[in-house]
Amino acid sequence: MILTLLKRELKVARRNWIGLAIPLLFFIIVVSLFPFAVSPEAPVLQQLAPGVIWVAALLAMLLSLEQFYRSDYQDGSLEQLLLMSSPTSVAISKILAHWLLTGLPLVVLSPLLGVLMQINHGVEHSAHTWVLMLSLVLGTPTLCLLGAVGMSLTLAASRNGLLVSILIIPLYVPVLIFGASTVTASLENMRYNGELAILGAFLLIAIVFAPFASGRALKISVG
Amino acid sequence: MANAWRWFHQLGSPKYLFQKTGQWLPWIWGATLILLAVGLYYSLWASPIEVRQGQGHTVRIMYVHVPAAALSMIGYIAMAIAATVGLVWKMKMAFAVVRSIAPVGAAMTFLALFTGSVWGKPTWGTWWEWDARMTSELLLLFLYLGYIALHASFSDRSKADKAGAILAIVGVINIPIIYFSVKWWNTLHQGYSITEKGALNPAFQTPLFLMLAGIYLLFAALVLMRLRAEIVLRNQKSRWVIEWASGKTLERGES
Repeated sequence: MILTLLKRELKVARRNWIGLAIPLLFFIIVVSLFPFAVSPEAPVLQQLAPGVIWVAALLAMLLSLEQFYRSDYQDGSLEQLLLMSSPTSVAISKILAHWLLTGLPLVVLSPLLGVLMQINHGVEHSAHTWVLMLSLVLGTPTLCLLGAVGMSLTLAASRNGLLVSILIIPLYVPVLIFGASTVTASLENMRYNGELAILGAFLLIAIVFAPFASGRALKISVG
Repeated sequence: MANAWRWFHQLGSPKYLFQKTGQWLPWIWGATLILLAVGLYYSLWASPIEVRQGQGHTVRIMYVHVPAAALSMIGYIAMAIAATVGLVWKMKMAFAVVRSIAPVGAAMTFLALFTGSVWGKPTWGTWWEWDARMTSELLLLFLYLGYIALHASFSDRSKADKAGAILAIVGVINIPIIYFSVKWWNTLHQGYSITEKGALNPAFQTPLFLMLAGIYLLFAALVLMRLRAEIVLRNQKSRWVIEWASGKTLERGES
């Protein structure tokens, strides 16, 4: 069932691929502002890199949420989906599609941003890039899961675009803290597996609760 | 047990709840005013100053800061419990309780942050520090404001109630983070002193406990007043509200 729903999500998204590309473009453009605004010097950029890349990733995830829920809600297909299957599986399929089409591309693009932000300045290897990717791999699914709850809650609300950011950003903060500090620890040549473990723990907790909460919220928004 | 359940169900009746809270309020307000008066006397005059803290008198800020911070967390927990009751037992009055707590809880959170900031300037030499407990308290304020904003964004009240309830439950994850933050991360904010033996000088205990009790009751009184307004707002079309508003005394019974 979830697989069928997921296929549907991917098909709908493929026909609107521009909408998916925009958050990724946003991700790159926001990061590329920092060398202009702060300083183009490599050591400065390197120090800023973890925070800047993580904040940009977080905002890109927030921006892309809209299109997985809004149009389905507006044209009534969400209601049909909820009649057809359990709300939790609808939520799971949307979360999976959101991660596959936004989270995963962000992870893939992050080495490029690492280069732009001089993340490997002063070292011969590219270990920092791998740590950045690893932290995003563990962190972005949690952002998808929490975002799904917020988006489902605000579907029926007025002035929802900004509202969802206000609701969700406080919940994103712990992920941001540990995501960025993983990379910072790596830059300072310290052990970072503790931070990664906490990111993983957040992910597990979110996997348990968020699809259920999001499903309930979808039902409330539609019903 | 059966009696307790009956009482619980009766609380679901708007009219019963309105009558009961009307009977409780004068007592709660009376106790609040007495406790706050005595507590303020102790905390402002009849307690020693703390010599280790800069200008000495700044310790008095603690008597407002600690209760406000405690209530900011307890208020949120109460919101989450009421939200769960509302979603599980479909009790509409529980949603009215959630909505009544939110602004008072937000005010307490702000008060805790504000008094902490005013205290921090002379003591730590800074208005604000990105310390774990302060940051999570700030997030708590955002959660309260998020609930208020979410609830205000629906034209359909029952949707607003349910969506807000889910948000309140999801946000409760922040509470243990605030509470244990001083233990988990050893940052600027001081550790537990009330529950740990010997950490708090007995001279500071009397005013602190009086103020804690007083502000707890103040919180209850404010929430109940908001709750009564909320009940009237939600039932403005029912006969008993119209009768009450036109000055008749309410007869006993379930709406």
